[in-house]
Amino acid sequence: MSRVGDTAPAAPAGDVDTYTELYRRMLLIRGFEDRVQSLFLRGEVYGTTHLYSGQEAVAVGFASSLGPEDRVACTYRGHGHLLAMGTDPEGLLAELLGRETGVNGGRAGSMNVVDPEHGVLGCYGIVGGSIAAATGAGLSLRGTGAVAVAYFGDGTTNQAYFFECLNFAKVFELPVVFVCENNGYGEYTPFEAVTPGGIVPRAAALELPTTELDGMDVRAVRAAAQEIVGRVRDGGGPEFVEARTYRFVGHSRSDPGKYRPEGELERWQERDPLVVAEALLRDELGMAADALAAIPGDVEAELDRIEAAALAAPFPSEISLPEFAGS
Amino acid sequence: MSASASDARVVDIGMPRLSDSMEEATILTWLKRPGDAVARGEPLVEVETDKATMVYESETAGVLEEIVVDDGSTADLGAVIARIRVGGAAAAPPAPAPAPAPAAEPASPSAAEPRVEVEFRDAIRQALDEELARDERVFLFGEDVAVAGGVFAVTPGLYEQHGPDRVFDTPISELAMTGAAYGAAITGRRPVLEIMFGDFLALSMDTLINQASKYWFLTGGKQGVPLVIRSVVGGGGRFGAIHSQMPVSWLMGITGLKIVAPATPADAKGLLKAAVRDENPVVFLEHKRLYSLKGAVGGDEVVPLGRARIAREGSRITLVSAMKGVHDCLAAADLLAAEGVDAEVVDLRTLRPLDLETVLASVVKTNRVAVVEEGPLTGGWAGEMLALIAEHGLGELDDAWRIATPDTPIPYSPPLEDAHLPGPERIAAEVRSRVSPAGDG
Repeated sequence: MSRVGDTAPAAPAGDVDTYTELYRRMLLIRGFEDRVQSLFLRGEVYGTTHLYSGQEAVAVGFASSLGPEDRVACTYRGHGHLLAMGTDPEGLLAELLGRETGVNGGRAGSMNVVDPEHGVLGCYGIVGGSIAAATGAGLSLRGTGAVAVAYFGDGTTNQAYFFECLNFAKVFELPVVFVCENNGYGEYTPFEAVTPGGIVPRAAALELPTTELDGMDVRAVRAAAQEIVGRVRDGGGPEFVEARTYRFVGHSRSDPGKYRPEGELERWQERDPLVVAEALLRDELGMAADALAAIPGDVEAELDRIEAAALAAPFPSEISLPEFAGS
Repeated sequence: MSASASDARVVDIGMPRLSDSMEEATILTWLKRPGDAVARGEPLVEVETDKATMVYESETAGVLEEIVVDDGSTADLGAVIARIRVGGAAAAPPAPAPAPAPAAEPASPSAAEPRVEVEFRDAIRQALDEELARDERVFLFGEDVAVAGGVFAVTPGLYEQHGPDRVFDTPISELAMTGAAYGAAITGRRPVLEIMFGDFLALSMDTLINQASKYWFLTGGKQGVPLVIRSVVGGGGRFGAIHSQMPVSWLMGITGLKIVAPATPADAKGLLKAAVRDENPVVFLEHKRLYSLKGAVGGDEVVPLGRARIAREGSRITLVSAMKGVHDCLAAADLLAAEGVDAEVVDLRTLRPLDLETVLASVVKTNRVAVVEEGPLTGGWAGEMLALIAEHGLGELDDAWRIATPDTPIPYSPPLEDAHLPGPERIAAEVRSRVSPAGDG
């Protein structure tokens, strides 16, 4: 088992421009989720939402290691994965608003977005669905040099999909990276309470190489992702990652997160991936303070434009699709 | 040797039961000739059952007296196939060295042997073989489909022909298999997955319901899911409550999923080819009691999904069914014809979508319809079929009803299972009780 994260390489995997872009992307995700929250409270976003706030470094770090031929499968907490892969933020927000200009024309909503054009097979509303989709993509991608990435949460490691698909992928040495985002809670339940033996040993038992990493540090994620994706791309077979991270919000809109011990959120917020990335740019990569300080304002201005455009878009008039393809 | 010739007796050797579902089997090769000594446990004969080619080792020591059923001939389970003389002066020689292992033969007759008719299982294998050859995106996988050639001997030779990247065995892992089939189908491949028994489709349901049948809709019609799941279904094989079910009721409510249910070898081949070429997820049901049914098949003929056929023309009542039920209806129609009731039989071939047009045209002619479904009465496709007929043709109807299985699990014991399934006698009896012969009103 290789351990990355606490012992992350000191040398940055990328330069100031790279991390400026990744920082900007993480800010976009956080700002996007803040607006989704606000729009939900105003009744513009329907049903439920599951926000990615706090976990941005995982999706952004991994996506920065992927190419256009690679595929990812996400969870119902998928806005961050989508934006990290390049999904149009205006189209995504319009989708959540149920508008015709949405990525999926208002058919999908928050939990079920698919965006194959940006390599996103889908966001899966069933826990474990992302693992199965990526495993199948691995069958298609075997021998092509491309990889499939499955994102899923700690709760998924108790699902049959987890064992069956990791085993299946290992039997056929499929090019799949299984990325467990351990945010500490399966819905409202602490993962320690329902996951005997922990997570990594389960993957290790199936002989997948495993990596544990600090999911709050985009540089650590990117450095590990580049190594792992490179090995899998070269035909090394599937690998497993546990990225330790934290959900800064409740499970869904209706969850205030009161089950969290006092002080836990605050401790994790000290390691907010945005704070960590900002410190990296300022303290290690020597970015000028005024240039760094200008980025959040730029992102907010972009989000203002996106929100206004999405809210101005029309609702879809009717479903024009027949039941079956080819009919 | 102390035994005298007077102690000798001749023992009948019956066709052994080498598969759980066989009713008959074919002698491929006798490994002993009359006059040969046979030791207990020694290979005696190579037999092709409905599932596989098996070597039967003698349970009787002696001298092979007579071969009753020759190479290439078929006999019923238990029928005498040979006689062995036991005891007497010539009996019980020392066990000879093991006979040379029989050459590994494919479970089906040689391809070089010309014939016009093939078994239902062979028709499926032909379709798979041809589609694998036609389109490199197609691949076949499942439990024991490759090296072993399938537990019902449907896929022998495909692994050898198309190689391990195109035809491969999997762990017993229906969630992973079905999920992977879906994932491959949305990324450029055209998987054909075998789920061994339809009962195991319960484990595939999440992928079918929540993923595969939704994708085309979510992508706004940009990306189909060209995925076929083949599965063995149906009762009559004495497999009990959990290997005999008909999963159609579970699948019927999945929008975007097609359900194909062939009754003949020609349709099995042509419909499977259409299913492989279809852009939608398709569940392809293979009734276990049809595998040995023989019939002529087409070459590259593709039978379109969603279109029924008239299996028998008639004027007095329409019997609508699928799979083995079509043959039960045809047998019932023969019984009824002798009594002056001329029944038309419609073979639906596809259960979702249902071909209302063909059924309605028949009902317009006969004014009576019985829908025969092997599957629980409540929530079945027969109810959906009748609802459609009523909605669109109520004025044409003098009578309409369903003939299905009771709302109970499928029993194991042969008389119980036979009574559970809707066979020709029950169909004929129900028609007889409700439809008078032509001319009597």
